Amino acid sequence: MKRIYVNEQWCLGCHLCEYECAFANSGMTDMAKALKGKEIHPNIRVEDGTDGIHFAVNCRHCSDPICVRSCIAGALSRTEDGMVQIDKSKCVGCFTCVLVCPYGAIMPDADGHAAQKCELCTRNLCGEPNCVKHCPNRAIVYEDRG
Amino acid sequence: MAKYVIIGNSTAAVNCVEAIRSLDKEGDILLLSDESHFTYGRPLISYLLYGKTDFEHMKYRPDDWYTANNAQLKAGVKAVKIDPKKKKVELSTGEKIPYEKLLVATGSRPFVPPMSGLERVKDQYSFMTLDDALKIEKDFKKEDDALIIGAGLIGLKCLEGILGRVKAVTVVDMANRILPSILDEEGSAVVQKYLEGKGVKFFLGDSAAEFTGEHAVTMKSGKKLTFDKLVLAVGVRPNVEFVQEAGGACNRGIVTDEGQRTTLPDVYAAGDCALSHDIAADTDRILALLPNAAFQGRTAGLNMAGGSAVFDKAVPMNAMGLFDLHMITAGVYEGECYEEKGDSKYKKLFFANDRLKGFILIGDVARAGIYTSLLRNQTPLSEVDFAMLEKSPALAAFPPAYRKEKLTQKV
Repeated sequence: MKRIYVNEQWCLGCHLCEYECAFANSGMTDMAKALKGKEIHPNIRVEDGTDGIHFAVNCRHCSDPICVRSCIAGALSRTEDGMVQIDKSKCVGCFTCVLVCPYGAIMPDADGHAAQKCELCTRNLCGEPNCVKHCPNRAIVYEDRG
Repeated sequence: MAKYVIIGNSTAAVNCVEAIRSLDKEGDILLLSDESHFTYGRPLISYLLYGKTDFEHMKYRPDDWYTANNAQLKAGVKAVKIDPKKKKVELSTGEKIPYEKLLVATGSRPFVPPMSGLERVKDQYSFMTLDDALKIEKDFKKEDDALIIGAGLIGLKCLEGILGRVKAVTVVDMANRILPSILDEEGSAVVQKYLEGKGVKFFLGDSAAEFTGEHAVTMKSGKKLTFDKLVLAVGVRPNVEFVQEAGGACNRGIVTDEGQRTTLPDVYAAGDCALSHDIAADTDRILALLPNAAFQGRTAGLNMAGGSAVFDKAVPMNAMGLFDLHMITAGVYEGECYEEKGDSKYKKLFFANDRLKGFILIGDVARAGIYTSLLRNQTPLSEVDFAMLEKSPALAAFPPAYRKEKLTQKV
């Protein structure tokens, strides 16, 4: 399955992927209307470390996902392909997934009542990860690495 | 004859079935449950009362789960005995069910200590099962005063569920603080204050001396309280009797090895009835939390189907929300402490001997799993930038090789 991978040495720390993610999941087609003046809640987050280190983190779609195993509601599941998905109608916002994800890649959503995570843009209008598409320096890529 | 028999139909049982099916597509699986429901997320019973979910959405797995996994559920039956020599489980009806491999995933039951005059109280409730929650949903009325005995996880999740359904809720506990199993004293005070702000009354360090009538109790302190509905959430006891009476080792919980094997041949145990080795405290104890049941159930299932799985990363860990206040906690609270306290923030990290021992986050819980992973993996803190991690959980605090492994290849 194709997943999102990080080229840390190429990440400029521009945080564009965060905006592109928020836009992709806004359900809107006008970026300014979707994002301007709004606090964004993207599923991908760039970390800015020391010594000029930057890199993006989002769901790793683990082959043995601890969030899926730990979900108290059965709201998180793995598709046959191996993508980890969330059924928000079942999620009660207990955040056990936040407790267990070793990457900090699943998080409370904007209103704090359910969890949100990267679903590789399979459920929005993009169809392919919008963060990858718009990364200016190929610091995140969408590839099959086994 | 079913090759695999599972006593239970909740988290450990379901994860066991899925693990068996990952290795053995054919062997018959039979689940025995004394509840008459489709498998549901047990901790969701509070969210049902709180109005955050409904029965349809409480289902722990999709509607076709039993058929898709070729697992048969015998619901509404009570297993009473294991005969490990003849390899049979006996039901309360007398029926004997043979097994090749057996999982005991019998969970726990409410524990009610002897309380004088309790038999006078007609309207008393426990809060463990969906049926308990449905009964509360049906019986509790807007004009009722509810009294909850027990300020632990069960009592307070019940509180969250019922506060909006009744006139007032009072919580009493023999301990002098709330949620002692997951918070330190200061943290307990923070959460108590928040709940008092919601109108909840607490009487702590006090206990029921005698129920003097159907709706009245006199406390040890001499205080007299009245109530319409009584919830007993004092504690739970693991259901170990099946294994104990069959001669299997039990010590406040069913004893298993790291592969979830009990001391009885071909009998496994998982979930709230089974002991775990808590690596944070380096002690064996019951860790009655859903992820732990899932990990144990999965480990048991893999081994029952001929695999060789080990579960050796058990730590106490909880994500707990009360109304809109979230807290995430794990491990034990001993050693040195890093703390940050503010209006909407309460954070403590405990560490000793180059290891994170435990943490408490109240309010801001973002990326807590990075801390949990330090605990579960027993990561030497000298290998990470702990000063950075104290401020906030971040992968930037880990060595580049760790990030390369986790972020540039399939995990």
